[in-house]
Amino acid sequence: MTDTSNMSNTSKKAKPRISHNRRKSNRREFIRSAALTAGVISLSLAGLYPVLSGASNRLRPPGAIKKRKDEQKFFAACIKCGQCVQVCPVDAIKLSDIDEGVGLGIPYIDAREQACDFSCDGLQCVLACPTGALTHHLNYPADTRMGLARLDKPEACLAVQGKGFKGQARGADFKGVLRYSAIDRWHAIPVAQHPYDLELCNLCVRQCPIEISIAQCVTKNKKLAEEKKAGTLARVAEEFGNECPPKHAIKLQAIKRTDDQGNTKLSMTPTILDGCVGCGVCEMICPLENAPAIVVDSDKETNWS
Amino acid sequence: MIKYIKESLSQVYGNKPTRLSKAEQSDELKAIYQRKVGALSKEKLENARDEYHGSFIHKWKMRRWITLILVNFLFLLSYKFDIQLLEGALTASRFVGFHFADLNSALQVMLAYKHVVLNLLIGTTTVFTLWLLLGGRTFCSWVCPYHLLAEWAEFLHLWLVKKKLIKNHTFHRKTRSVLYVIFALLAFVSGYTVFEAISPTGIVSRAIIYGPGLALIWVGALLLFEVFYSRRAWCRYVCPIGITYAVVGTLSPVRITYNAEACHHEGDCRKLCEVPHVLDLTIRGRAHNVNQDVTSDCTRCGMCVDVCPTNSLNFKIIGLDKFL
Repeated sequence: MTDTSNMSNTSKKAKPRISHNRRKSNRREFIRSAALTAGVISLSLAGLYPVLSGASNRLRPPGAIKKRKDEQKFFAACIKCGQCVQVCPVDAIKLSDIDEGVGLGIPYIDAREQACDFSCDGLQCVLACPTGALTHHLNYPADTRMGLARLDKPEACLAVQGKGFKGQARGADFKGVLRYSAIDRWHAIPVAQHPYDLELCNLCVRQCPIEISIAQCVTKNKKLAEEKKAGTLARVAEEFGNECPPKHAIKLQAIKRTDDQGNTKLSMTPTILDGCVGCGVCEMICPLENAPAIVVDSDKETNWS
Repeated sequence: MIKYIKESLSQVYGNKPTRLSKAEQSDELKAIYQRKVGALSKEKLENARDEYHGSFIHKWKMRRWITLILVNFLFLLSYKFDIQLLEGALTASRFVGFHFADLNSALQVMLAYKHVVLNLLIGTTTVFTLWLLLGGRTFCSWVCPYHLLAEWAEFLHLWLVKKKLIKNHTFHRKTRSVLYVIFALLAFVSGYTVFEAISPTGIVSRAIIYGPGLALIWVGALLLFEVFYSRRAWCRYVCPIGITYAVVGTLSPVRITYNAEACHHEGDCRKLCEVPHVLDLTIRGRAHNVNQDVTSDCTRCGMCVDVCPTNSLNFKIIGLDKFL
């Protein structure tokens, strides 16, 4: 810095005398500076590659402003502060690393490890977002569409095979948590602490937050009807489908299947319905050891933009 | 005031500090320069420093480091223990519920998103006001976690230079301004906040709060570059956050002020300054006035205040005397 101090002496005399060495070092500094600029810019441009090649497409928190595979708006609006991470009660949200280029610091959900089970009830990540990258235009879990579930491997599905399931859904070492309202209304507990004993495996349907919510609403409605309180405010809100998901998300459907020997058999298969929000709980809870039979595709159209 | 803003912006842009010709200098200043030729020997200066500071000459540095570490760990503590005091990261946060948004991050988001969100506007207003009151680039030296890492890297760099193992390579300071414009244009054109992907401020802040990741390799590479090739290269020649806060700082009442009367021009302050061009006024014959404020590219780190043997550089808050 100090070695180039005689350059700005313009107010005096015609031209400052610059020695040959000085000129040489100035030229070198200029070349270095140009190289630094080019280097820094090309490095930051390299960060665009993972996004433009689509490698960074992932399941995003509720309300992420994206369209199918086009996440540009979401990436632009997100200020990479992680406030959504901090408020999530089940730690479903994580931040991308530098291998995702300009996606660095953008939140995502790895559903198989920890899905969003809406146990915050109020979409806290959406409320926490300071930039609207998670849009504030949704109020209830059923309003969102993070993705859409798909039965990826029907042949592996226990329900399709007519099998039951007994034990811990994802084994004893699985860290993921879910809220089981019957056990604790407010806190999620490790899935490993909640073993199942099912004659026919229906975990994806049984644990679907939308289905659970609908079931609770039905119970509440019945209770209200019994108490002859129909017509109260709460009831009106429920009838208009605000708090209560208006559409079912998943069900087990009886279908005819033909096995290897050519015999026709009746079996149950998980069927994804319009109300699916793509939270990924089915993907997380699917008890198959390696890959889950049911997965969530993150590149489905969002329903508010 | 206008003169200070103009001179500050010129230096932030990358110009060298304006030099007055002998004819433009006041007689008072000339007299001061004349009077002090050979007035104090090196030895006497050392004694003066000891007398003035005592044995501890890192008063401001220690205050600053403690502040920086506390602020960054407050983020971590708020998250880990859910005390909801300071949520988020340095790019955007909520301080007891108030939205805060880093000015440069917010600018990048607005340029890329092409849409101004109310919360972000509130956040930038609070942060703008905060750093307006606290000194602009005070953010850099008192809060930015990369600054602290870079300071430690700088010790290593200076030691290697002293051992004559390496040489420092400077860049032109306008590089930072050029990059600032390019980053702004890139955000606007590409629609992605490209600078955020390489900003060590955001990376280190998030690493402290959410745990380390691969991105720290990039920060490590930057530090190595600074240790072995160019002293404080990122903060001096690249980081647009510095420019943003330097502009805010032109209007800030918190400044370092210089007194030519007390100065002995030995240059200890310039040797350890992150942005030494702002201290060119301490060179004999370069001051414009007997009392002159250091321009806003200064990070108010206070190291020059610590090292000055004769109390010629000091913190000042404009208008504080009116309240006291």
